[in-house]
Amino acid sequence: MTDPRELVSLLETLCPMFLLVDQNGCIQQAGPTLQKLRPDLQLVGQGFLDVFELIRPRTVTTIPALMSMARAKLHLKFHDEPRTALKGLVAPLPHSGGAVINLSFGISILDAVRDYALTSADFSGTDLAIELLYLVEAKSAAMEASRSLNLRLQGAMLAAEEQAYTDTLTGLKNRRAMDHVLAHMISANSAFALMHLDLDFFKSVNDRLGHAAGDFVLQQAARIMLEETRDDDTVARVGGDEFVIVFKGLTREDTLEAIAGRLIQRLNEPMLFQNQKCSVSASIGTALSTQFQVLKAADILHAADLALYQAKRDGRSCHRLYSTLTNARP
Amino acid sequence: MHGLINRAIQSFVCATYGQPYWVRVAEAAQLGFVEFEAMLVYDDDVTARVLDALSGELNRPRAEILEDVGTYLVSHPNMEGLRRLLRFGGVSYVEFLHSLDDLADWVRLAVSDLTLPALELRELSTTEYQLFCFPGLSGYSSVMVGVLRAMADDYGALVMLSHEGQQQDSEVISIMLVESAFAEGRHFDLGARTG
Repeated sequence: MTDPRELVSLLETLCPMFLLVDQNGCIQQAGPTLQKLRPDLQLVGQGFLDVFELIRPRTVTTIPALMSMARAKLHLKFHDEPRTALKGLVAPLPHSGGAVINLSFGISILDAVRDYALTSADFSGTDLAIELLYLVEAKSAAMEASRSLNLRLQGAMLAAEEQAYTDTLTGLKNRRAMDHVLAHMISANSAFALMHLDLDFFKSVNDRLGHAAGDFVLQQAARIMLEETRDDDTVARVGGDEFVIVFKGLTREDTLEAIAGRLIQRLNEPMLFQNQKCSVSASIGTALSTQFQVLKAADILHAADLALYQAKRDGRSCHRLYSTLTNARP
Repeated sequence: MHGLINRAIQSFVCATYGQPYWVRVAEAAQLGFVEFEAMLVYDDDVTARVLDALSGELNRPRAEILEDVGTYLVSHPNMEGLRRLLRFGGVSYVEFLHSLDDLADWVRLAVSDLTLPALELRELSTTEYQLFCFPGLSGYSSVMVGVLRAMADDYGALVMLSHEGQQQDSEVISIMLVESAFAEGRHFDLGARTG
């Protein structure tokens, strides 16, 4: 391989991004693809280190040092914009003292094909560049399809979770949701009031007029409770005819008395189901989070339960505060 | 059947005949849902039911519809991504034809669980070719006729295609290249990634 023209012709076919430099680092020949990257700069005649900045190894700043880097992988960048990153390999020429430096894009190929409008003709036939570009596009498309499936599955999961937190008959939260809300409020140290509401005479409606009437009463009661509370409050059906309302940030007993009064009054009004009068009433017990030194969900539920029990004993259709019970402990 | 194939049929029907038409086909095929998921796998029977329903609704033979699906896959703006992937096969139509031998491998590289039947190009002369479609996916050769026709337009080549029917276990498509640079063809820019 003594004839330099033969060598250049070989290099142009096999590695269209080669450089042939002399012992002073002056570029003697440049591959057609490499020259395409700098259409306004004649690469032949330029100093290698004037066109490229050596990023790694950093210690190499002179041509003799570069020439000694045979077989080592170089990382370079153009000095001017666009500062495309390139990989390089130095192969010293045994007799002349110069070297062949073969360059390649490596990972920068995605930007390079766009920045320099490269075509498959710019790559050697054995170069994997086209396959890499194909893979990137194909995998992006496949990833996009998977991502959109994931999003839909996530939506379905949220909907399923939402259902699991909802009492399907009334649309209110269920016991699980209430436990969740309570635990959250307690761990966040929020002040709140907890109302335990029980429908009186519900069983008799169910027995006398059937389950459809019973379901109707529960739905009407749920609607009334939602109407008499704020969006921030949690209304949950925790048993057949038992409800718990958690009032976030509300600990004024007079306000709670007023709300309980309205609930009882509205729930007392007879409901009409298929021209049949369904009459229930409501007993309510209320406890405040602020009444406990160390607050536990079970404790405040029990306290509200005690107040509710007192309301039942006092003749039903009334409201009792836990704080007014004689055996209530602070 | 891979969801991508079912999804392609759905996409073709929606783009060509409209979403309500697809809903009707999905009902006639008793899918129980309307949207195919591209990345899930369905029973083969599901695809057969969709094609039967579509054939019934359109009152056209299945092969003809599948040929249109093939054309749609390459030429519709919805499918620009797929057209680009096919164009990676070569810089000319003839190069593209030769790349079809590796099509199943290229596809598997992109989506590992999508297995397409093998294809084999036989060069009878520089202008006459035969594409052998091996078994494995019913109707694949019909889709390929549509793909080949649309890709010829894409490269600007003038070709005559005909489905030659069965030879041993393969379906054979004959391709007559009348002129390789008949028209301008559509531009393909390596760096213009879509999506």
